[in-house]
Amino acid sequence: MHKIFKYVVLDIVQNKIVLIYTLLLLVISLSIFNLEDNSAKGLVSLLNIILIIIPLICIIFSTIYIYNSSEFIELLVSQPVKRKTIWLSIFAGLSSSLSFAFFVGAGIPILIYHADATGIMMITTGLFLTVVFVSIAMLAASKTRDKAKGIGLSILLWLYFSLIFDALVLFFLFQFQDYPLERIMVFMSFLNPIDLSRIQILLQMDISALMGYTGAVFREFFGTNMGVLISFIGLSCWIVVPLMISLKTFNKKDL
Amino acid sequence: MSKLFIFTFLLLSSVFAQGNTLTVGRSKAFNTIQRAVDAANAGDTVLVDYGIYKERNIIIQKSIVLKGIGFPVLDGENRFEIVSISANHATVEGFKMQHSGRSEIRDIGAIMIYNSYKVSAFNNILDDTNFGIYVQNSRNCTIKNNYITSYGKSEVQSGNGINCWKSDSLIIIGNRIKGHRDGIYFEFVTNSLVWRNISTKNIRYGIHFMFSHHDTYIANVFEENESGVAVMYTNHIRMYNNFFINNWGDAAYGILLKDISDSDISGNHFTKNTVALHMEGCSRINLYKNIFSNNGWAVKIQASCDNNDFTKNNFTGNTFDIATNGSLVLNTFNGNYWDKYEGYDLGHDHVGDVPYHPVSMYSMIIESNPAALMLFRSLIVTLLDKSEKILPGITPENLQDKIPLMRRLSL
Amino acid sequence: MIVIDDIIKRFGSLRALSGVSLTFSRGQCVALLGPNGSGKTTLIKSILGMVVPDSGTINFNGQSISDKWAYREKLGYMPQIGRYPENMTITNVINMMKDIRKDHKIKLDEELIESFGLNNMLQKKMRTLSGGTTQKVSASLAFLFNPDVLILDEPTAGLDPLASEVLKQKILKEKQNGKVIIITSHVLSELDDLITEVVYMQEGSLIFHKKLAALKEETGEEKLSNAITKIMKANHHA
Repeated sequence: MHKIFKYVVLDIVQNKIVLIYTLLLLVISLSIFNLEDNSAKGLVSLLNIILIIIPLICIIFSTIYIYNSSEFIELLVSQPVKRKTIWLSIFAGLSSSLSFAFFVGAGIPILIYHADATGIMMITTGLFLTVVFVSIAMLAASKTRDKAKGIGLSILLWLYFSLIFDALVLFFLFQFQDYPLERIMVFMSFLNPIDLSRIQILLQMDISALMGYTGAVFREFFGTNMGVLISFIGLSCWIVVPLMISLKTFNKKDL
Repeated sequence: MSKLFIFTFLLLSSVFAQGNTLTVGRSKAFNTIQRAVDAANAGDTVLVDYGIYKERNIIIQKSIVLKGIGFPVLDGENRFEIVSISANHATVEGFKMQHSGRSEIRDIGAIMIYNSYKVSAFNNILDDTNFGIYVQNSRNCTIKNNYITSYGKSEVQSGNGINCWKSDSLIIIGNRIKGHRDGIYFEFVTNSLVWRNISTKNIRYGIHFMFSHHDTYIANVFEENESGVAVMYTNHIRMYNNFFINNWGDAAYGILLKDISDSDISGNHFTKNTVALHMEGCSRINLYKNIFSNNGWAVKIQASCDNNDFTKNNFTGNTFDIATNGSLVLNTFNGNYWDKYEGYDLGHDHVGDVPYHPVSMYSMIIESNPAALMLFRSLIVTLLDKSEKILPGITPENLQDKIPLMRRLSL
Repeated sequence: MIVIDDIIKRFGSLRALSGVSLTFSRGQCVALLGPNGSGKTTLIKSILGMVVPDSGTINFNGQSISDKWAYREKLGYMPQIGRYPENMTITNVINMMKDIRKDHKIKLDEELIESFGLNNMLQKKMRTLSGGTTQKVSASLAFLFNPDVLILDEPTAGLDPLASEVLKQKILKEKQNGKVIIITSHVLSELDDLITEVVYMQEGSLIFHKKLAALKEETGEEKLSNAITKIMKANHHA
């Protein structure tokens, strides 16, 4: 396993895009922290960027990478190597290099300017989101044979998780606004890793009081250690489930 | 002011006037305070040496000055009210009072002033008292420079720091109050002055008043109270240069105004509150030159408010500037500085050329649909707010600042 | 050594293989022939495990290959169009394959790398190579691990005559070593000296599997190409 992993990482490192991604994050986070007069505000600005850019870059880069590696995958499949090993190595290679890029590009600036519970929660959820969207990309790439369709599907999935899902939630809220919906909202947030991450980060911030203001359900659930734990179990499911489905598909895939 | 001056003069003259001095202490003429008080005549001074006195309830019913030297300790043993005064021109000064009793039937505290006129409490340290200073049915009393600390755990079981009921012309100056149910509590208290007090970390409100007309509040600090400050059913109040700071919490207000009318609120600082200013059923309040910074909601103004005027205020760094629950707007918001204003000033008159709409679409959504907080700071909300700014649909069209300032006011 | 039993593979509505059964034994050098789209490549990929048949079994040394991977240690595969990670150099690719297939018991066979002259261009990146050079790399890799079975998909397409000859000599040598060699090729003329058997497929079905000698005898032709043409014509008229 580690051999193939090694070659995947080597290949990704040689790919300039990850380097550019790292620099982009670095420039964004450093300029945000330097432009904002207080670093707590900087963290809020960074929040939006992390929740939008990370999923986008991770899902698209991973999808393209998998399609571009089809030769490599084909080569490996004809060799005495388990398909499972190949697929999981690609996953591990993508996750670790993109996580490393995120950590260098955003994690280190956060640690320099804002190394408290909020900052650490932001880094943790950022890392989780990275891996989640690599996993979702693998699912998209395993399900479609055509590269253009695969990339299209990835963009659609990103759009779904960062915008459409929330729009549907809003629509749902308006349809049923006479009912107490907060408990349902807690459940709904588990259906979207971006929402889950955002809520976890916000609850670590001062502005969490705003979320508790109209109803304490969010804080009662997400604010406790148990809630944090359950949230991260939820995020882990968002990693494991798409990955396992994609692995099953890949095992039966004709190359 | 002249009133105050005359009052102080009278007070001083009463101390230095003809009266005798009775001393209390180990080797002094009296060994208990109560005996000295009983022996004293109007105009006398009772001086108490340092020591720990457990005298149950000391009762003062004459015009004397009771003064501690080096903060002698009066201990209520968790059972008694410590000093009870019903007199005119009496003064309690320089004591440390601790462990007052508690009762669920009647209010018990450290310094209890009943049916009095011109009674003063100066420079006392109150520690672990149920009610700190309690003024009932009195006039022209002065409560000054006392340190009042309690360790209340629940609203029901604790008393207020300075509790005034049915009184007139009180002066409350320079006290520090901490850990009570309400820091300062007024009910039916009129024509009074609350000045330079610091009320922090109380388990309910920093100050709480009802039916207390014509009072003035200047330069007080209300910080980190569980629910901030709440004032109700009152008219003609003046609030100047107070600080409402760090009242963060699920239901904390910088200040909650309910049924307040004909009042003046100016020069106050509202910083880091969940809701800096909440207004309900308020009329004819002038709010000017206040600073709202870094609050969750700067102003929540219910549709039940009318003829209130916001002008020359600074709004900076608030998550939501204004929220309201209806489309009817009977209040004005002209000539303020809003840091979220994105308009332009072609005429260079320092006033924006397009009106500013301080109510965001998302704040309207939350008002009617609290569960939408799940989407707080999400991309969809940002997009909705932007599009609403361009094409207003949900937010009240005429809640706007027609002459938004381009530059922050220096206040 | 390889026993294929009634395998069926569909791609959507297309029947790529409809019930093919074949047996390959040691020392055989098989030409897998047939027009485009006859299912040759699908058959090869099925043996390699790259394509999973819908039904039927493939046994390798008496064991079914379905969901297995270790048997591929004994396989060498040269694809029709070799595709490799673009950023890697030839050395990178060779070392990577060595690394992945590391088995100290096997003596590496680097003969082709030398005779193709790849040693002079080891630092070139894969994306810069011509089609012919890429094929040389593919061929070298197929033979590198001294496998029992060699599967060569259009091995000489794109190779210059010189390299073609080098490869043919290598194939002959390995045949003598008792290996199973399966070749698909359009260029029938160059197969004459190499092969011992002919498998002919059409539209996913096996038409025949004969010894080369038997085929020549049947058709009365000396050249494989002529023999095949004759059979195709006969089929056509029938």
